[in-house]
Amino acid sequence: MSIPVSPDAIFDGLRLSVNYSDKDMYLHELLSQVSQTKSLGWLQELRDRAAHWVSHETIPNSRNEEWRFTELASLRQTKFQLAQKQAIAHLPEEFTLPESAHTRLVFINGIYSADLSNISDLPAGVSLSNISQLPENELDELKQYLAQAEGNLEVFTALNTAGLNDLALVRVKPHVVVESPIHVLFISSMAETPTISQPRCLVIAEDGSQLSLVEEYANWDAPQVSYFTNSVTEIWIAKNAQVNHTRVVREGAESFHIGKTAVTQSRHSRYSCLAIAFGCQLSRHNLEIWQTGAQTETTLNGLTVIGSRQLADTHSTIALNHPHAVSRQLHKFIISDRAHGVFNGKILVPKAAQLTDASQLNRNLLLSPKARIDTKPQLEITADNVKCAHGATVSQLEDEEIFYLQARGIKADDARNLLVNAFAQEILHQIPFPSLRNNLIQRVRGNREQGTGRKRE
Amino acid sequence: MILENSQVILSVRDLTAEINGNPILQGVNLEVRLGEIHAIMGPNGSGKSTFSKVLAGHPAYTVTGGEVIFQGQNLLEIAAEERARAGIFLAFQYPLEIPGVSNLDFLRVAYNSRRQAQGLPELDAFDFDDLIEEKLDVVKMNPAFLSRSLNEGFSGGEKKRNEILQMALLEPKLAILDETDSGLDIDALRIIANGVNQLTNSENATIMITHYQRLLNYIVPDFVHVMSQGRIVTSSGKELALELEARGYDWLVEDAAVGVGV
Repeated sequence: MSIPVSPDAIFDGLRLSVNYSDKDMYLHELLSQVSQTKSLGWLQELRDRAAHWVSHETIPNSRNEEWRFTELASLRQTKFQLAQKQAIAHLPEEFTLPESAHTRLVFINGIYSADLSNISDLPAGVSLSNISQLPENELDELKQYLAQAEGNLEVFTALNTAGLNDLALVRVKPHVVVESPIHVLFISSMAETPTISQPRCLVIAEDGSQLSLVEEYANWDAPQVSYFTNSVTEIWIAKNAQVNHTRVVREGAESFHIGKTAVTQSRHSRYSCLAIAFGCQLSRHNLEIWQTGAQTETTLNGLTVIGSRQLADTHSTIALNHPHAVSRQLHKFIISDRAHGVFNGKILVPKAAQLTDASQLNRNLLLSPKARIDTKPQLEITADNVKCAHGATVSQLEDEEIFYLQARGIKADDARNLLVNAFAQEILHQIPFPSLRNNLIQRVRGNREQGTGRKRE
Repeated sequence: MILENSQVILSVRDLTAEINGNPILQGVNLEVRLGEIHAIMGPNGSGKSTFSKVLAGHPAYTVTGGEVIFQGQNLLEIAAEERARAGIFLAFQYPLEIPGVSNLDFLRVAYNSRRQAQGLPELDAFDFDDLIEEKLDVVKMNPAFLSRSLNEGFSGGEKKRNEILQMALLEPKLAILDETDSGLDIDALRIIANGVNQLTNSENATIMITHYQRLLNYIVPDFVHVMSQGRIVTSSGKELALELEARGYDWLVEDAAVGVGV
């Protein structure tokens, strides 16, 4: 049987397809920017597939549940060009970690800087490199990892893959324990006009290995210029391996940062993430844990400090699929002025994940009447023999607390700072490297004191 | 102790104060001399605790009239932290828990701010450790409490001990103990009272705010005042406390109401 097709229907179909193709010209423009570079062989095929997928997508808006509170209109108002290679002559102390003097990879605008990196004295079994340094056979070995984590079909992740030109590679051989933290530093150095850069990091911890990773995003100059960092880090933790991850975002005040951390955990593996974020006009961290074996341990802690009109969003997912997982999560926000925090903590506990022990807590300190937090725990549990707990608190500085400190001779402003720093301390004191810990404690303090300065005017 | 020709350290005249527009203190008069221990008693809601907070400079209360002179200085003109540095100490009825601030760090900051006000050099961490060890003995406190967060997870008794430890450290000129006995069992009460008794001397003065006479068995006051409806309605020696224990507050409160009427 044939169905007669009216000319009108054909016209509607045409109109639809026209709408479809120009549905997100903005994203197409971004895609064409990041696709300017070309790679060889399977890598370009990988990029092409991602680019093809992205070309049918749109930048999410607030009707998308995952982006309900994080409005990307301000991003769309800016036209970004692909960031170019830049040279920095010398890396000042505030950008380096003494503990990582010989285990440091530096990327400027997503492109490897051999001058600023230091991999001269790597321990045996540790490979730190970028794409162009890799011999072909080692590059081919990355096929099974690169852009293979679950959840890679997400618009910003795929956009990163579509433009994948360089990459920080951290690979640790079986049963190797790396003593020094590995510092992967992504610096944004801006041009006169807004630019986009797409840092990419791949970490492979093989069976029974152990490593500490410090992944840091910092800006170099002119923080008044708007720029967009769209980063993806994939971490593969093989059985019995352990990765301690510290992720620091301290980008410029006008920047946009959308970052993905995708962690795949095999059985008996341990992963801990300490995510510290401040700066950025708009920042989003998509933190995803994919469990592929039993008895994994996962610790996700974080601190976000924002003020003025900044927006910072942490979306975490712990996707369990095997028994006996233990997960602990504590994320804190300190929000002043008219800033806006978003926390969404998803934990998936299907039937296969019996005997899961998961807890999640989101604590928020609001320092001004206009400060805002949207917090949502999202536990989806179908297993029947599990222990899962979650909670969220919102508080402000209590006059009584300030008075108590004043009554012991501490000035009101100092008392406020002491209380805010104390709130941050619970997270910051977990940073295992003294130089980074002190650096970040100072930064949080500095941010805060600027805040009170503005308030007093 | 009552000393002859002792200097007046605190002079409160016709003090009135309110919170959120509600008058609480309605003309308090009190004179305290060096060496003296004063007890202020009274029924709930009489304004005792408010009085202690107003003296310490709590910003939620607005002073609407009267004056407070402390060692020749107009106390009402200076902020709470200045009062503390000048030698006023309020032991809180409900000491606050402050997670993330170590008790030891807090004590050192508080101590050094007092030293600074006295024109003395700050004490470094090592010297301070020695000093605090000595002071712990006053309240028989376990040193383990120093490394914990300020008052976090402390029992009621431990919090009060920590308050008196701060008093021992800061050596105030005028200590105001707000319901220090509340929530204490008899052993803790004895230890804390013993601590306070070690700290009182002819060079300082103490005001104890309390609802019950019990504390006064351990810290014997020189004067007992009764507060009602925001005023001190009667003052006497320590025997007044025993009479209050036996008769309650009603007879005084009724008298005061009649007094106001006339």
